[in-house]
Amino acid sequence: MSVLVVLVIVSVLVAGSFLAAFIWSVKKGQYDDDYAPSVRILFDDSVSIEEQDPNK
Amino acid sequence: MYSLLKENNLCNYYDLGTAPGIKVKGKFNSDKFSFLDTVEAQQKLFTYRDEKQSQVIFHLPQMHCASCIWLLENLHSIQSGILFSKTNFQRKEISIAFDQSQTSLRKIVELLAFIGYEPYISLNDSEKKKTKKINRQQFYKIGVAAFCFSNIMMLSFPEYFSSGNIDEQTLKHLFSYLNLLLALPVFFYSGSEFFISAFKGLKQNWLNIDAPIALSILIAFSRSVYEVLSQSGPGYFDSMAGIVFFMLIGRWFQNKTYDSFSFDRDYKSYFPLGITKVEHGLEVPSTINSLKKNDHIVVRHMEMVPADSILINGVASIDYSFVSGENTPVLKRQGELIYAGAKQLGGTIELTVIKTVNQSYITQLWNNNDFYSVQKNRDQSFIHPWSRYFTIVLFSLAAIAGFYWAIVDPKNILPSISAALIVACPCSLLLSSTFTFGNMLRYFGKNKLYLKNASVIEALSRINTIVFDKTGTLTETSSSSVDFSGMPLTNTEKNYIYSLAKNSVHPLSRMIKDHLFKTNNITAWPVTDFSEVPGKGAQGLINKRKIKIGSSQFITGVSDNKMNTPEIWISIDDDVKGFFVVRNSYRQGLKQMTSNLREKNYKLHILSGDNESEKNHLEKYFPYAPLLFNQSPQMKLDYINELKENSCNRVLMLGDGLNDAGALKQSDVGIAVSENTSQFTPASDGILDSNYVNKIDAFLRYARAGKRVVLASWILSILYNFVGLSFALTANLSPMIAAILMPVSSITIVTFVTIATSIAAKRVGL
Repeated sequence: MSVLVVLVIVSVLVAGSFLAAFIWSVKKGQYDDDYAPSVRILFDDSVSIEEQDPNK
Repeated sequence: MYSLLKENNLCNYYDLGTAPGIKVKGKFNSDKFSFLDTVEAQQKLFTYRDEKQSQVIFHLPQMHCASCIWLLENLHSIQSGILFSKTNFQRKEISIAFDQSQTSLRKIVELLAFIGYEPYISLNDSEKKKTKKINRQQFYKIGVAAFCFSNIMMLSFPEYFSSGNIDEQTLKHLFSYLNLLLALPVFFYSGSEFFISAFKGLKQNWLNIDAPIALSILIAFSRSVYEVLSQSGPGYFDSMAGIVFFMLIGRWFQNKTYDSFSFDRDYKSYFPLGITKVEHGLEVPSTINSLKKNDHIVVRHMEMVPADSILINGVASIDYSFVSGENTPVLKRQGELIYAGAKQLGGTIELTVIKTVNQSYITQLWNNNDFYSVQKNRDQSFIHPWSRYFTIVLFSLAAIAGFYWAIVDPKNILPSISAALIVACPCSLLLSSTFTFGNMLRYFGKNKLYLKNASVIEALSRINTIVFDKTGTLTETSSSSVDFSGMPLTNTEKNYIYSLAKNSVHPLSRMIKDHLFKTNNITAWPVTDFSEVPGKGAQGLINKRKIKIGSSQFITGVSDNKMNTPEIWISIDDDVKGFFVVRNSYRQGLKQMTSNLREKNYKLHILSGDNESEKNHLEKYFPYAPLLFNQSPQMKLDYINELKENSCNRVLMLGDGLNDAGALKQSDVGIAVSENTSQFTPASDGILDSNYVNKIDAFLRYARAGKRVVLASWILSILYNFVGLSFALTANLSPMIAAILMPVSSITIVTFVTIATSIAAKRVGL
């Protein structure tokens, strides 16, 4: 049964990685504006967009 | 505009939305943004700066569609030197990074203004740098709570399914210790705001809704910690994490308000940051902060006078509608005083400042101390007294159970009391109101009424007195109707009048000119021997015929005894043809709305800053209602206070201008009416699109319906509590029952209120 202990710990770690991903996405500002990105993805790339974010 | 886009291969702008584009405001004054070249202004606006690039954030109220985003994010292909631009649609902001060596702040602002997105740069921006950061804390808290809640839930399943007897002792310990570990962040991080809020309330001797929640979380946590450490049971960690998670979700749902609106503006938001001073005969762009007494300034067409000043040069046609509520523009001559906040229409004028910005007439309202002392709708909510009764009943039940078990079986005292407090948390009560009001905010928003927060809905449901401002609220600011009465005019005569009116600077002549231009096919004639008598009228020769327009005394020799409605008389070759009357045009559906409101026994009042000319007209719409005219901003404020002295009066104020700002703040609910919701409105509890003013009665009915929905859902949640308590008080509450009861009750209540508010919205026609 001790294999369960390992599994439980692994499952918590996997879930924890999802939490970390969520926190990362919030930090990156993905929840700041829930309208613009949905439109932005539809734009054609006819104009080259060179984003130069100094924060990166 | 099209050519600009064509030049830069940006033509698919027109393919994107069905009706993209807003009016190109191409013709702006070339010096308007020259103050942006001053170092002072730049320092205030830049958010980031180094040798290679500078960054700046602008608020663009005109941003409204997908095409806007596309165009604004392609700025770099229109003007070289712009490195990138990124929009935030919800906040209607754009952040632009650009190369200082290739372009300048002024050029960028001018480009934005040219394509129709003039950034809003105000005094306010310069004083406090963007302090309102997006609140990401709540997302972290919800994320952490969700993670812990789901994992605790999972680790608790073995315990539930084996009904508490796990053979493997090590596993059992592992599960309960892991639960304890996972509960720590929920308790200390996610749940912290409930404790802080409850503590703050208690410090002011006030038991708020968060207090019982905090108590419930605290007891659930401490009892569970005790059970785990003493190895006497698994504890109620899952229930506790669930409470915190659902409460946070509810709070997020309710607080999801309108980021792009600002409800707390004071006069500083109205004044432009840039002004043009005259120093030694030269025009110098400058910022408003540097404005001192006796400075000379230049104000151009459509610009705002920043401080009380005296006209020294030029003819001022002043639009005071925002400051005083007067409908028609007034003509000012040299030496006359012009108040801050007035808008100049027409040519360029020169002024001497006599008072600094914050001592001007209009800003004095804000300097008044009691203006800030009122905090509206605070703790007025009917939820708070209810939650207090709930807490009292709960405590007495727990006490009775405690006594009972003390006699029958003393070892059950603690379990039954603590279980009662855990299971009977008023969270379903709170959830029902947060979700009801949150959903209602969305319905109000759909109908262009943007409320500041949910507590405004409750305040709306209690309203019984409605006060209207006239100019801009009941009437349309942009159009006033001009009617002619007298002998019918021929087309040539109309051309003559138009040509003469065109030469006159008087605001009324301008209105006639615009009216004739809009309604007729007009050609202008040259005017000779033109002369204008101040305050009376104008005359001139056209085609050898003598045309006169002006006041009744000027034309007919008989002075007009009514004096109220502006009348412009016309004579051609001394033959009196008749007169034009300038009338306010009222909004559509006004009559229906007022009769609906009267049927429901709302008391209606009118406060107007304008003169009494419209009294007869208004009485048709508002029979029996008190109509007050010539009201100054202070008088409006005092009137609202007087109404409020009678404690049964709950006052809703609707107004549009700065002149209503005091009254809006003082009333129980102040709603700012705006022709264009992206425009700037005075501090208020809500912003209403002016085309929807006639829906006020539907809004009020919906607010009342919302209260009934909350009450119904409370009855539901009390039933759940009843079931939970009956388990708890008989000392039979197992963690499993608690864990099932809690989410089930929350989910049914949330579904119930969502459906109920949607049905209610349909019924009142929203």
